[in-house]
Amino acid sequence: MASVGVLVCVKRVPDITEEVALTEDGQSVDGRRAGFTMSAHEECAVELAVQVAGGSDGEATVLTIGDADAVEQLRNALAVGCTAATHVVGEPFAFGPADVAREIAAVVRDHESAGRSHDLVLLGNDAADSGDFQVGIRLAYELGRPVVNGASTVAVEDTPEGPVVVAVGEGPEGQETYRMPLPAVVTIREGGVEPRYPSVPGRLKAKKIPIEERQPTAEPAGASRVRMTLPPPTPSAVQILGEGPEAAPAVVDVLEKLGVLTPGKVAP
Amino acid sequence: MADVPGTARCVVIGAGIVGNSLVHHLARLGWRDIVQLDQGPLPNPGGSTGHASNFIFLTDHSREITDLTLDSVAQYKELGVFTESGGFEVARTEERMEELRRRMSSAKAWGIEAEMVSPEFVQEKVPFLDKDQIVGAFWQPGVGVVDSLRAGTIMREGAVAAGALTTVPNVEVVGLDVEDGRIRRVRTDKGDIEAEYVVIACGVWSPKIGDMAGVSIPLTPAVHQMISVGPCPQLAGQQGEISFPIVRDMDTYCYERQHGADMEVGSYAHRAILMAPEDIPTIEQSKLSPTELPFTEEDFDPQLEQAYELMPELLGADGAEIRYAINGLLSLTCDGAPILGESHVKGLWTASAVWVKEGPGVGRAVAEWMTQGWSEIDVAHSDIARFHEHQKRREHTRLRTTESFIKTYGIIHPNEQYESDRNQRKAPMYDSQEKLGAFFFETAGWERPHWYESNADLVEQYGEAVMPREHEWDSRWWSPIINAEHLRMREAAGVIDLTAFQVFDIEGEGALESVQQTCVAQCDVAVGKVIYTPVLDANGGFRSDLTVMRLGDTHYRVVTGGAHGPADRQWFGDHLVGEATLTERTDDVATIGLWGPKARDILASLTDADVSNEGFPMLSCREIQVATAGGAVTVLASRISYVGELGWELYVAFEDAAALWDALLATGDTHGTRPMGIGVYGTTGRIEKGYRAYGFELDAERSIVEAGMQRPKVKAADFVGRDAYLAQREASPKTVLCTLTVEDHTSASGVKRYMLGGEPILTRDGGTLTDGHGHHPYVTTAGSAPSLGKHVLLAYLPPEQAEIGTELAVSYMEELYPVVVRSVDATALFDPSNERMR
Repeated sequence: MASVGVLVCVKRVPDITEEVALTEDGQSVDGRRAGFTMSAHEECAVELAVQVAGGSDGEATVLTIGDADAVEQLRNALAVGCTAATHVVGEPFAFGPADVAREIAAVVRDHESAGRSHDLVLLGNDAADSGDFQVGIRLAYELGRPVVNGASTVAVEDTPEGPVVVAVGEGPEGQETYRMPLPAVVTIREGGVEPRYPSVPGRLKAKKIPIEERQPTAEPAGASRVRMTLPPPTPSAVQILGEGPEAAPAVVDVLEKLGVLTPGKVAP
Repeated sequence: MADVPGTARCVVIGAGIVGNSLVHHLARLGWRDIVQLDQGPLPNPGGSTGHASNFIFLTDHSREITDLTLDSVAQYKELGVFTESGGFEVARTEERMEELRRRMSSAKAWGIEAEMVSPEFVQEKVPFLDKDQIVGAFWQPGVGVVDSLRAGTIMREGAVAAGALTTVPNVEVVGLDVEDGRIRRVRTDKGDIEAEYVVIACGVWSPKIGDMAGVSIPLTPAVHQMISVGPCPQLAGQQGEISFPIVRDMDTYCYERQHGADMEVGSYAHRAILMAPEDIPTIEQSKLSPTELPFTEEDFDPQLEQAYELMPELLGADGAEIRYAINGLLSLTCDGAPILGESHVKGLWTASAVWVKEGPGVGRAVAEWMTQGWSEIDVAHSDIARFHEHQKRREHTRLRTTESFIKTYGIIHPNEQYESDRNQRKAPMYDSQEKLGAFFFETAGWERPHWYESNADLVEQYGEAVMPREHEWDSRWWSPIINAEHLRMREAAGVIDLTAFQVFDIEGEGALESVQQTCVAQCDVAVGKVIYTPVLDANGGFRSDLTVMRLGDTHYRVVTGGAHGPADRQWFGDHLVGEATLTERTDDVATIGLWGPKARDILASLTDADVSNEGFPMLSCREIQVATAGGAVTVLASRISYVGELGWELYVAFEDAAALWDALLATGDTHGTRPMGIGVYGTTGRIEKGYRAYGFELDAERSIVEAGMQRPKVKAADFVGRDAYLAQREASPKTVLCTLTVEDHTSASGVKRYMLGGEPILTRDGGTLTDGHGHHPYVTTAGSAPSLGKHVLLAYLPPEQAEIGTELAVSYMEELYPVVVRSVDATALFDPSNERMR
């Protein structure tokens, strides 16, 4: 198979696994305590980018738009197998979805004219902090490419007509499978693939890969966001399953429902 | 959810390893009606215990920390939660090898099985380590890992089962009420608890809780980074949690600790990442736990590379991934010691800044201390009362821990001085001292000249008699000028700044009774007498040794060392009887020492007062007028000596001190006198006279009898420790403080070596000695005795070896040097009949 160049787009976002706090101006989520990460959707996108590119000897490039701190997310993607990185330097909250789509498209075009093709562009389904759900479609429109949203796996297959991307996701009626010619855009929803952790050599290698730094092509217009507010806290619903050894069967039931225990298997 | 009880005898705040150990030991010692609170759930409420790496290395250069660690290991073993793995401290450099040889010294001194081993030995036990990266290692087979959460649970549940304890998790302390200087109540979000005793044992949150009662607990939460890499195929299939020794890669400040199929790599090499206790996230805000903060990769990357260098095949194995990485919070203090004991608020105790390796030992010590007023392991260096005002500032803790964090695995010279947050306290004659080229050491925040570069000419003058040291380590933080100053003092006189002394007055109708019952020596003496006295705890161990002057019928002045001053002040303050007040005078009174054969001539030329031996006898004090360039100043002169020479301590008001200093130097100059540093006062002068120092020879585990300081009679008046002291006098001592001289300094390489203190004393052929306490002898003080031309060591020896002429050896950097016992009581090697002091 011909090599497939993949571009995966990530965003530095606060880790919102626990209690969410907003910044004072209401424009973003405060990540000072929880720390920063890329969203789970994007972690899966990175994993798929590495698999698709690696499977065809292609290049997996990671891209972000953000301030200097966002380099951490680029390095993390490099540590798990991306081979190149592009950093569009800018204040992330100044960029609305249309701005982001325009900047990504500019990178794709510039790279292409320099001989680096991004046959497949992967994005997260939606950003963990702003949740706009827009960039994938806007980008596809900018580039004139087909797009599939909310896929949980992608693979590239060789066909007599040329390489085809197969994107599979959950739809309202069950599993949906899309086949598109390359080049294409796919946004990824978590759940279809297990993102790898970095290895020690991977982490060390990531430090040495140079990062392409570029300025935005235009002044961002912004998201026109007035402010964000927190929903009222949901009361925690604690259910006591029981006390002591008698509670064991109820615990087993819960674990089986969660799918972390297989029914009928007894530990030796 | 359980509400809190309305009353308790004792409330323990915190259910980490410390709080759990403490409630266990309190219950064991008979305490009942204990309530233990924690803001988090059990068994892991989210503090530092929950993410601890849980391994225990045994040897520390501090005896106190080592003893707490050894006691903790014994307790963990008894609880069945200790797994012995053995542990290496590996060296990548020759400089580190020398430090590991010092560790061997400490291991021998504290009785820990250890040996220096080759890279091949290490690789045999840790096959995935690249032996070519290291030059050698310090091996302790007794190193191991513990389950600190399980240990805490067993101890806590034991106290509950004994009917002694109620534990309430998920409750937040919101206030501490203090009334009339005593703790009265703990306020929580689930109700108030009236309590007689409260113990703050909540680790990184302790400062925040202490502040609620106006008590400074000067620790800072600090980040320690840790990652876990796995599954490593080389470790797969190993039984249990740990089957390979732990490796401390000392030169890269990293450790590698196997945990099942994973290898944990922890680092102390990154920049100090400190936090304010108020900024620690709540349980709700935390992804993992409040003390497991988001990992900051860029801080860890350099260590990752070094760890990979040491164990490339393991950490680079296929499938081995960085599965867990945290910035874990732990507690650090400005001097590295825990913070234990009763605060200035009566009944409010703390047991903070304690790591898993000391937890159970600290729990026992603090419980004993709360119960009987003393603990079997002396924890004086960890006493919360040790802090001076400048040390209670958060800024001090921040600066000092920033400086010391990187030294966690560092090579620290025993006399090493801090660089940050200096110049907190300066004597009035500081400017003059600086002009004289003083090399300043810090004591209790004071800048104290240790020697003066302006005396460098004396080194040439005295030649070989200054006992020069050719090895860099032996001469680091030292100068031959100290010995030259010493020789000049013995020849003429020296002027020494002693402003760092802690000075406080006890006044009122109850003053006599107050000092009588605190001091061993007879304090019912004539006004104008100076008393040197030990101060004991109820067990007859040393709390301090100090001098007391009777300035009036109802007025005593206590003078003690700066370092230990606040603890002494608290002790005296706690033992006031009747109508008596304690007034701090340290910052009003400067002290200048004047000693040497010319001291009397110098003082006489500046005063009309009678300073003859008859007119101003030994151990007397009185006010005199001393002439200075700005006119006469009032000086409280005290005829006493710590250096074995005729002379005085001169106490003078701060505003007059610089003038007095200048007058003494100017007049002294015509007699060949020089300013002299603490190197003479604290070491050379003292050791030639065999004078004991608190914190070195004297501590709560030593008795007056063992220290050879007993007087023929014991005063009739009662004092703290009297019964114990009387019993000690009846029994034969289990150990005896002796003075030894080094007979040959030549090392195998031909370089002459000079011990610095802490080294083990062995038989001539390197055999172990053990005293009646089961302790092994070690050097409590080492120093030059220039007037004797000898390097002198003080050490407690087993009674059988405590005979003049006994030939033994001192081990220094793993080589033996011959020593001979020269004195077995307080008899001085220099001027034993004290002729010169007359």
